[in-house]
Amino acid sequence: MWDRNQIAARAAKELQDGTYVNLGIGIPTLVANYIPPGVHVTLQSENGMLGMGPFPLEGEEDPDLINAGKQTITELPQTAYFDSATSFAMIRGGKIAMAILGAMEVSEDGDLANWMIPGKLVKGMGGAMDLVAGVGRVVVVMDHTSKHGESKVLKACTLPLTGKRVVSRIITNLGVLDVVPGGLRIVELADGVTEAELRTATEATIAS
Amino acid sequence: MTKVFPSAAAALDGQVKDGMLIAAGGFGLCGIPELLIAALRDSGVKGLVVASNNAGVDGFGLGQLLETRQVKKMISSYVGENAEFMRQYLSGELELEFNPQGTLAERMRAGGAGIPGFYTRTGVGTVIAEGKEHHDFDGQTYILERGIVADLAIVKAWKADPSGNLVFRKTARNFNVPAATCGKVCVAEVEEIVPLGSLDPDTIHLPGIYVHRIVQGPHEKRIEQRTVRKKESV
Repeated sequence: MWDRNQIAARAAKELQDGTYVNLGIGIPTLVANYIPPGVHVTLQSENGMLGMGPFPLEGEEDPDLINAGKQTITELPQTAYFDSATSFAMIRGGKIAMAILGAMEVSEDGDLANWMIPGKLVKGMGGAMDLVAGVGRVVVVMDHTSKHGESKVLKACTLPLTGKRVVSRIITNLGVLDVVPGGLRIVELADGVTEAELRTATEATIAS
Repeated sequence: MTKVFPSAAAALDGQVKDGMLIAAGGFGLCGIPELLIAALRDSGVKGLVVASNNAGVDGFGLGQLLETRQVKKMISSYVGENAEFMRQYLSGELELEFNPQGTLAERMRAGGAGIPGFYTRTGVGTVIAEGKEHHDFDGQTYILERGIVADLAIVKAWKADPSGNLVFRKTARNFNVPAATCGKVCVAEVEEIVPLGSLDPDTIHLPGIYVHRIVQGPHEKRIEQRTVRKKESV
C-alpha cells in the first residue's frame, strides 16, 4: 500500500516534459517534490502565476506571493504573474496540459466529486470545476476507501459533482486505474497490494 | 478634481448604500483591500451583497463584515477558511452563491467589458448548471453565465500615480483587476502613491480610467499560511 508521499511520487511519473501543469491542494501539492530528473514542467497557480517555486526560506516569506492553498511560495527565473481572469482564460482555453487533483469520490465514468458534503462541509469548488472543464488530462489522487473502509471509487458519485466524465486516471493508495469504456482498467498495483484486494476495495465496474 | 483621498473613510464617502453590490479584489488574504473593508465596517452599511473569491478569515478581511452581520449574501468560490461564514451559512443567516473561480473572474471581466453574458463549459453537468441556459457549440455543451456590474469595486494595488494608474505586485494582482473593471465606481487602496510620470506607461497593469478614488496605506498584509523550508546546512 502506498502512503501520501508514495501516491504523490507515482503521480509525478505522469508529468510530461515541457508541459504546463496545475497541481491541486493536499496530496497533489506534494507531487512537486517528486518531479523526475530530466522532466521540466512549469507549474501554474490558479491565483495568477506560472513558474511556481518551492516554499521560501524562513524569514523570506512574502505576503504578496502565495499559491492556491494560500501557502507562501517563491518565484523562479521563468515566473510570470497575471490576474485571475487571465489565469482562468488559460485554464479554460486548454493551455494547461494536465491537472492533478484530490477527490472525495470518483466514478467509473470519470465523474469527480471534490467540493462539498451537503449539510456538513461547505468549502466551495474554488477553481476545480474550471480545471476539469478546460485542462487536457485530469489525474486524480486519493485514498481508495473512507476511514470506515467504504469504497470512494464508485459506480456513480453520491456527492455533488465537480465535473462529469472528466477524469482520465485515478491514483490511490492501492494502485492506478484508468477510466475506459465500460468501467475502470487496472493499470498498476501499489506495493504489496493484490488484484483481489484492489477489486474488493473498488465498487466501480472493473472492465477486464 | 483629484482622485487622491486622505483616508479610506473619505474615499468611500457618498459611495456606500445599504443593499448595494460590491466587488472585492483579493485571493485569500493576499491583495485584499483591508483598509476599505475596515472602513465599510465602520460605516455601518447593511445588507451588502459581496462578490469576492473568498470571505477572508475570522476577524480579518471580509470576515469582519460577517461578524457584524453587514453582509446579506456572498458570491464566492471558496469559503473554507472562515468558521463564522460556515456557521452563518449553515444556519441560514447568510446567503451564498457559489461560483466556480474562473466563472467568477470572467463574470467580473465581462461585466466591466460591456459583455452581459458568456458561454462556458465550466459547471456543465453539476448543480452550477441548474436553471441556466444550455447551448451546444461544435459538439460541446456550454452554459450561459452573466456578467457582473457592481455598484462599487474595492481593490488593493501596490502603487498608483495620481491619475489612478495601478501597478500590482506578484500574486496580489489576482481578482483586483477584474473586480476593479466591473465597478460603476472603483476605489483603490495602495501601498504608495508615486508622482505622475514615475510609472513606466508600458508596465501599468490597470489604466486609471477604471479607478475613481485612491487612498494610500499602511497595510498589515497578513499571511494566511506561513510555509517555509529549512535552510540546508552547508
